Amino acid sequence: MAELVNLTIDGISVRVPKGTLVVDAAKSVGIDIPVFCYHPKLKPVGMCRMCLVDIGTPKIDPATRQVVRDEKGQPVIVFGPKLTTACTTPVSEGMVVRTATEQVRAAREDVLEFLLASHPLDCPICDKGGECPLQNLTMAHGPTVSRFDYDLKFHNDKHVPLGDLIFLDRERCIQCGRCVRFQSEIADDPVLQFHDRGRGMEIVTFSDPPFDSYFGGNTTDICPVGALTTADFRFKARPWELKTTPSLCTHCAVGCNLALNTRLETKTGGYEIKRVMPRQNEQVNEIWICDKGRYVHHFTRAEDRLHYPLIRQDGKLVETTWEQALRIAADRLERPSAILVGDRIANEDAFLIAQFAKAIGAALEQRPALPAHYADVARAVGIGSDADFKQLGAGDVILVVNGDVEEEAPVWFLRLRQAVVDRGAKLIVAHHRSTKMHRYAAAIHRYEVGQAAKWAASQRADWLQGARNVLIVFGDEHLDGSSARALAQTLANWLILGGFAGKPNSGLLPLYPHANTQGVFDMLEHATRPANETTDTLWLVGVGADEPAPRANFIIVQDILLTERAKRADLVLPALSFAEREGTFTSGDRRVQRFYRALPPLGEAKPDWWIVQEIARRFELPWRYEAPAQIFAAIAQQVPRYAELSYERISRVEPQWPPMGREDLYYGGTVYDNTGGLGARYAADAERSALSPYDVHVPEPTLAGLERTPRLLYRDGELIRRSAVLRAHIVAEPLTA
Amino acid sequence: MGGYYGSKNKTMEQHVLLRDVDVPNIREIDVYLAHDGYAAWRKALTTMKPDDVIAVVKDSGLRGRGGAGFPTGVKWGFIPKDVFPRYVVVNGDESEAGTFKDHQIIDGNPHQLIEGILLTCYAVQANVAYVYLRGEFYEPAKTLQRAIDEAYARGFVGKNVLGSGFDVDIHIHLGAGAYICGEETALLSSLEGQLGQPRLRPPFPAVQGLYAKPTVINNVETLANVPPIVLHGAQWYRQFGTEKSPGTKIFCVSGRVKRPGNYELPLGKYTIRELIEMAGGTIDNRPVKGVLPAGSSAPILPASALDTKLDYESLQAAGSILGSASFVILDDTVNIVWAARKMVRFFKHESCGKCTPCREGTYWGLRLYDKILSGHGTREDIDMIAEVASQMSGKCFCLLGEFATSPMLSTIKHFREEYEAFIAAHQGGRRNGYDDELIREGVIDEAGNLIVGHVGQKTAHHL
Repeated sequence: MAELVNLTIDGISVRVPKGTLVVDAAKSVGIDIPVFCYHPKLKPVGMCRMCLVDIGTPKIDPATRQVVRDEKGQPVIVFGPKLTTACTTPVSEGMVVRTATEQVRAAREDVLEFLLASHPLDCPICDKGGECPLQNLTMAHGPTVSRFDYDLKFHNDKHVPLGDLIFLDRERCIQCGRCVRFQSEIADDPVLQFHDRGRGMEIVTFSDPPFDSYFGGNTTDICPVGALTTADFRFKARPWELKTTPSLCTHCAVGCNLALNTRLETKTGGYEIKRVMPRQNEQVNEIWICDKGRYVHHFTRAEDRLHYPLIRQDGKLVETTWEQALRIAADRLERPSAILVGDRIANEDAFLIAQFAKAIGAALEQRPALPAHYADVARAVGIGSDADFKQLGAGDVILVVNGDVEEEAPVWFLRLRQAVVDRGAKLIVAHHRSTKMHRYAAAIHRYEVGQAAKWAASQRADWLQGARNVLIVFGDEHLDGSSARALAQTLANWLILGGFAGKPNSGLLPLYPHANTQGVFDMLEHATRPANETTDTLWLVGVGADEPAPRANFIIVQDILLTERAKRADLVLPALSFAEREGTFTSGDRRVQRFYRALPPLGEAKPDWWIVQEIARRFELPWRYEAPAQIFAAIAQQVPRYAELSYERISRVEPQWPPMGREDLYYGGTVYDNTGGLGARYAADAERSALSPYDVHVPEPTLAGLERTPRLLYRDGELIRRSAVLRAHIVAEPLTA
Repeated sequence: MGGYYGSKNKTMEQHVLLRDVDVPNIREIDVYLAHDGYAAWRKALTTMKPDDVIAVVKDSGLRGRGGAGFPTGVKWGFIPKDVFPRYVVVNGDESEAGTFKDHQIIDGNPHQLIEGILLTCYAVQANVAYVYLRGEFYEPAKTLQRAIDEAYARGFVGKNVLGSGFDVDIHIHLGAGAYICGEETALLSSLEGQLGQPRLRPPFPAVQGLYAKPTVINNVETLANVPPIVLHGAQWYRQFGTEKSPGTKIFCVSGRVKRPGNYELPLGKYTIRELIEMAGGTIDNRPVKGVLPAGSSAPILPASALDTKLDYESLQAAGSILGSASFVILDDTVNIVWAARKMVRFFKHESCGKCTPCREGTYWGLRLYDKILSGHGTREDIDMIAEVASQMSGKCFCLLGEFATSPMLSTIKHFREEYEAFIAAHQGGRRNGYDDELIREGVIDEAGNLIVGHVGQKTAHHL
C-alpha cells in the first residue's frame, strides 16, 4: 500500500497516495480542475496552463524543521507568488489547494482567451462540436467575448491528411501534444512530433507511410479539440444525433469494450454504425482500441449482407422463406452430417449448436481448428480470475513465445509494454522472427521456424524460478495442432512446476484468432466429434472462406455476408451480425462479457441461436428460448466453469479510475463510460485445485504447421475487405518464413 | 581561424576575464601558460579535494553570469551524492539581444574558459563536459576546438590528467539557432537531440539533467571566473565588486553609443552614466532616452535612472535587472514604439510555442504593434497591449514568456505619451517611415493595408 498524503482542496479533506498529482487528487473528490494538455493516461507536461491553481504548503521553521502554527494551533500556510499548474504538482502533506479564487477564475479566463485567439471558431462545421472539451471549458470558464481582433487571426491549413486515416485541422489545434505523447508513450509509434516553434508550431508526421501506427485512431479521442478527426467519421454525423450502445470487438482475443454510435439514416431508411468508439474497461482495454476495431465495422451494412434465406435452384441461389429454408435444413441434417463452427459466434449460439450436434449425433468441429488443440491447457493454467495487467511490474517476468502480440492482440501489446517499460517487468521473447515486442526484451531466444515446441522443450523446467509472477503469452504461428499443444503444455509445466499456476497475475495468455475462440471451445468441448473427409450434409456456421472443410453432398452456409463460401452453398441461412443482436463472448483471458443490440435486424436475418433453435425444434428438441439471457442461464447450469456467471454479474459496473466518459470529456477524451458491464473471468482450473504437470510429446514440425502463416492485424478477410478506409492497408501476401 | 572582431577596451589595470586586452595572443596555449595558465588546474589537482574547489567558489560569492545571478558554488552543491555519471554543461548559447561577452572570452581567452570547465568538472566529479554554443558561433567554435586540442596535447584534458588519475573530456556542440536554447532545460533537450523546449522543474538539472543524470550548467563567463578564484583565493576575488555582488562583470554596450563593445568592470563601482561615458558617450552627444540593461528581456529604464550603480541589487531596485549585462542605449532619435515592436517581434519569433500564454500572447502583442506602427492603431490598442502582457505575466512555462512582457509593459509605463503621440500622428493608416520595413516583413501591402492571415499558407509573419 502506497504511503498516503493528506491535503485540503477547496476546504475538502483529501487523502491520496503519495505522488498523486493535484489535478487527480481534486478529481478523486469530484472537483474538476480544467485541463487540455494533461491526460491521466499520459505523462504531465504543463503546457497549456489551463490548470493553474493556488497552492499553499505549511510553513516550515528552518531551525526546528517543524511546521509553524498560528495562535489557534493551525499550520501557517504559505502560498506562492504565482499560480501553479495542478497537473505537474504532486500532493504533499498539509498542502492547501484553492481552485475557486478570483485569481484562479481570472487565469482560466485569460488562458482560454489566448487559446481562442488563434482558434477558428468553426464549431458549426466541426466534428468535435457537441463533445468538445474546448467548447465545454469555454462555456464553463471562458470569457463571454474575445477582445482579439478577428481580422488579425492566424489562419492555417485545414484538412491536412496525416496518413489516410487521420486528418489534421491545423487551425483548430491548440498544441497540447496529447497525440504526440500518446504515439510515443503508449503506442510506441513515435511518428508525430511538433514542428517549427512559437505560433507556427504544428503537428507533423514523419513516418513513411505517414502516421504509421495501429493505434492512431485513439489520438482523435484524446484530442481536446476538433484538430484530429478520422477519415471514417469526419463530416458523417453530429455527436448529439448519435445513439450509443455498449458492444464488444469481434476481431481478436482481447475483448475490447466498444461503444457503437449509430444514427437513423434517411438515405437508407435504417440505422447505421457511424463510428466505433472505445468504452472504458480498465481491466481490458483501458480506453484504447486498435484501428482495425475502430474502422472495420462497415461489413455490418455491406451491400452483400444477407437479408433472406437463399436456396440453390437450377444452379442459382434464389430467395426463399425461412419456413422452407428451415425445413430443407432439417431434412438434410437427418442424414449423416458435420457441423463446423466459427469462433466469432456468441457463447449462446455455440452452446445450442453443441447441444444440437450431440442430440442428432452430428460431427462437430471448431474453426479455425488449431486453438482447439490447446485451449484446454490455456484455460487450465490461465491467469487468475482477479488478474490485473496494471499490477504487473518490477519482479514479474513476461514471456512471449511464438506470438506477435501487436499483430495478434494489439491492445494486449499496449498493456504488456507498459508493464515492461513503465513498471519494470522483465520481458523475455522467443520467436523465429523479430516482432515489435523485441524492442523491450531483456532476453531474446531464437529458433528455427516451426520449432517453438522443440525450443521450449529444450529449456530447463525451472528456468523462470525467482520471479514474483510469470505471465506467458504464446501463439501458434507455424505450428500444427500437435506442436501447438506440446508448446502449450511445456509452457504450462513451467508454471505448474515453478509454483506459478493458480497465482492471480501468473498464467498462460493465448493469442487466439478471434473474440470468442475460448468461448466456442468451452461450449463445444464435450460435443466435439471429428468430421470425416466426406459427409452427406455439411453445415458451416460463420466459418471463414479458407478454412478446410469436408466434401459434402449438400452444404448449408450460415453467415452474415454472401461470402465466397456462401456463393458455393446449396442453402444459405442469413444471420445477424454482432451489432444487431446481443450475446456474450469469452476473451482469450476468459473474461465473459456482454454485447448489446445496436442496430435493428436486417431484412429477415436472424441471430444464430434462433436459427439453431428453429432447426432443433424440427427435431423435436424442446427449446423455447426467447433471448440469449435465458440461454446463458442454461450455460451456467450445464457448463461447470460458467456456473458462477450470469448476465446480472457480467453486466455489473462500478466506478473506474481514472473517471472517463461523457461527464469527463475534458479529462479523458471522447471515450465512453461503461454502462454495459465490466464482465467477469471464470476461474482457471489451477485456481480450483493443484494441477499435475502434463506429459509432453513433442512431434516433428509438419508442412501443415508451416502453412500457418503469421496472423497479421490487417490480413485479408471477408470483413476487412468491406471497410473502404482499411482496404488499402490489407496485407495481401502473408509473411512467409 | 578568424580573429576576434571586437573591441579591446582597457577598463582595468589587469582584467580578470578579458585578459586578451592585456596580453596579446593569450589565446595561444604557450602565451596562456606564461601568464599563470593552468596553474589553478595544477593547484586543484595536486593540493585540493573536489569539495575544496566548491568551498572556495562558494566563499568567493561568484554569481551566475548568464542572467539569473544564482550563487555558483551553491548550485554545484545541489549535485546529489553517489549518483554517477555527472555532466558539466557550458551554456554558450549567448542569444540575448545585445550580448557578446561570451564571444570575446571564447575567441580571445579560450584557455581560461577551458580551465574553468576543468575545475568545475573536478569540483563536481564529472568526467564529461559539453560546451553548447549557438550555431552562429561557428568561427569561435573552431578557435575553442583548437584550444581544446592544444590542452589535450599538453595533458590538461583527457585520461589521467597530469597524472592525477582524473579523466575528463570536453565536447563542443553547436545549436541550431533558437533563443530558447539558452534556457538551461531547453538547452539540455536540444543537446540530447530533442525539440528545444524547456522542461518541467523539478526535477532540477542538478538532480536529473543531461540524459537524466546530475548536471551542472554554467554560463561561459561564470566559468571563466573560476580559475582566478581557485588560483588567488576567495578574498582576492572579493577585492572586486560589492558584498552581495562580488567580482568583475563584462558589460556589453551597444546601441546609440560611439564605442560599442565589452567593458569589464568591478560590480557596483560605476553607474550607467559612467558606462555610457566609457563607451564614448552617445552618437552626436544626443540625450539618452532609455537604457535596456539586459537586452530585450529587461524592463527599459528611463534617463532618470542613469545614476543607478551597476550591480544586481541596484538595478533591481531601479525596476529592472542586471541579467547578462547587455546594455542597449537608446537616444532621443529612437522611436520607442518601433523599438518595442522590434523586441516583441523578437520574442514572438523566438517563443518555442510550448505554453499557451507565450505562444498566443507574443503573437497577439505583435499584431497590436503591427496595427499601431502601420498607422491603424488606436489609443485602446495601447491598453490592450498592456492587458495582453499582464495576462501572460505569471502564467508562462518558463522565463521567456515573462521576459516577453517587459518591452510591452515597461515601454508603455515610461513612454505612454510617445505611443499616444505616434498614434495621433499616424491616424487612418497614413504612411510613415516604417512602410518599407513593414512591407518587407509581410505586415502591410503596398497600399499600406494590414495583411491578414492567409488560409493554407504561412505569411512571413507566421515563420
